[in-house]
Amino acid sequence: MVHEHSSDPSTATVNRLSVRNIRKKFGSLEVLRGISLEADDGDVISILGSSGSGKSTFLRCINLLEIADEGEIWVDGEHINMVKKHGKNMPASSKQVDHIRAELGMVFQSFNLWSHMTILQNVIEGPVHVLKRPRAECIAEAEALLEKVGIAEKRHAYPAHLSGGQQQRAAIARALAMRPKVMLFDEPTSALDPELVGEVLRVMRALAEEGMTMLVVTHEMNFARDVSNRVVFMREGQIDCTGAPPEMFSGESSPAFRQFIGNFRG
Amino acid sequence: MDFAFIFQTMKTLLAAVPMTLGLFFLSVSSGGLLALLIVWMRVAKNPILSNFAKGYIFVFRGSPLLIQMFLVFYGLGQFGFIRYSFLWPFLREPFVCAVLSLALCTAGYSAEIFRGGLRAVPAREIEAARSIGMSGFLLVRRIIGPIAFRHALPAYSTEIVMMVKSTALASLVTVWEVTGVAQRLISQTYRTMEVFLCAAVIYLVLNFLILQAMALLEYRLSHHRRAAVSRLP
Repeated sequence: MVHEHSSDPSTATVNRLSVRNIRKKFGSLEVLRGISLEADDGDVISILGSSGSGKSTFLRCINLLEIADEGEIWVDGEHINMVKKHGKNMPASSKQVDHIRAELGMVFQSFNLWSHMTILQNVIEGPVHVLKRPRAECIAEAEALLEKVGIAEKRHAYPAHLSGGQQQRAAIARALAMRPKVMLFDEPTSALDPELVGEVLRVMRALAEEGMTMLVVTHEMNFARDVSNRVVFMREGQIDCTGAPPEMFSGESSPAFRQFIGNFRG
Repeated sequence: MDFAFIFQTMKTLLAAVPMTLGLFFLSVSSGGLLALLIVWMRVAKNPILSNFAKGYIFVFRGSPLLIQMFLVFYGLGQFGFIRYSFLWPFLREPFVCAVLSLALCTAGYSAEIFRGGLRAVPAREIEAARSIGMSGFLLVRRIIGPIAFRHALPAYSTEIVMMVKSTALASLVTVWEVTGVAQRLISQTYRTMEVFLCAAVIYLVLNFLILQAMALLEYRLSHHRRAAVSRLP
């Protein structure tokens, strides 16, 4: 059931994302204790676990918002170079960090839209100023993306005018506008009112069906079971068990995972 | 009331308004640029830079502007290396000294105002920018700067109004701006009340116009907040 990884991902078939033996400490607290994961093109991987199990930190280590103390990361075959500085692990090149982040779309729990810009401005910001693509082209593409996530009529509104679900869909459009290789979702529905969760999950499901490679930290069991093709259950900074949803949810998983989903069923 | 005298006084004082505005615009613009440099040093991780900025802000906020101006105007000439340098033709001009000391002083205050604006930028909006690959100057120019400026604007408009009034101190280093001309008129006519009232009216009108402009700027930069409030029933 555990995913095997080849000895050198650079010579093997290229994964969209490959993470090996990530470790991360905050002070004396060891949050990640050796996590490895690979995502092929089109994989939708749900990462489950109770709070404090290190799910979000793991996701943030992948796009370098946190820097792992140990371990290696490849994005679309490109190895992220690290150096030791004063005994701490650091990215070797800030240019590479920017480039890697541009290839990874991140969707945050609290949306994090830029409050002083309209929705359309939020979506074209990256393509125009980071990728330096022609503005008119970016606007046309942004409008198509906003259409796709169902908030085209809100494109000239500011984030504060929108409901949480609309803001999160705008944030997804903003991430997609960068044409990312992999999308990372950090509890995208956890800050939403229950009746707004569905509209965001529908957008995510459509993305999965289009073949987008996705890592989703979530508490939505139905999404994990129905949409993802792999479930990773994290516990105390390690991957407790992983597998395809049918096996995982039919009871072939670890006792800890069975207890975890038992809590959700109430 | 002697309207003829007031009219004549107004005319004389208005002729000095360009000098007051010149002091104001030059010192606010160069002081604003200097403030950006100071605040950049103030928030830098390098302790030498941040301590230098702290010291600068302490000195220029903590001592009277009038004394700073006297030190620049009367003090600099005592140093031979300044008196014989290529800068001396500029530094012996009262106008240059007044602009220099006004700019140095407002830079100290403005740097702290801008720092307050920076601290109000939500960390998660910065994180969102980093997550799409923004960093360095691009991040400052597109995200941090515009948000910080909006937060700093109300306090900064107060500083600008203070600067209009501070230009009056330049009269004490022989710059013939509105207050200086008013004092000269008083020494000629001994009519303190009328002359100073006229001068006060001029400052009030200038500040009224400047405050209107700042309010307009603030209005145009705050669509995102205003609209959010108007949604409430």
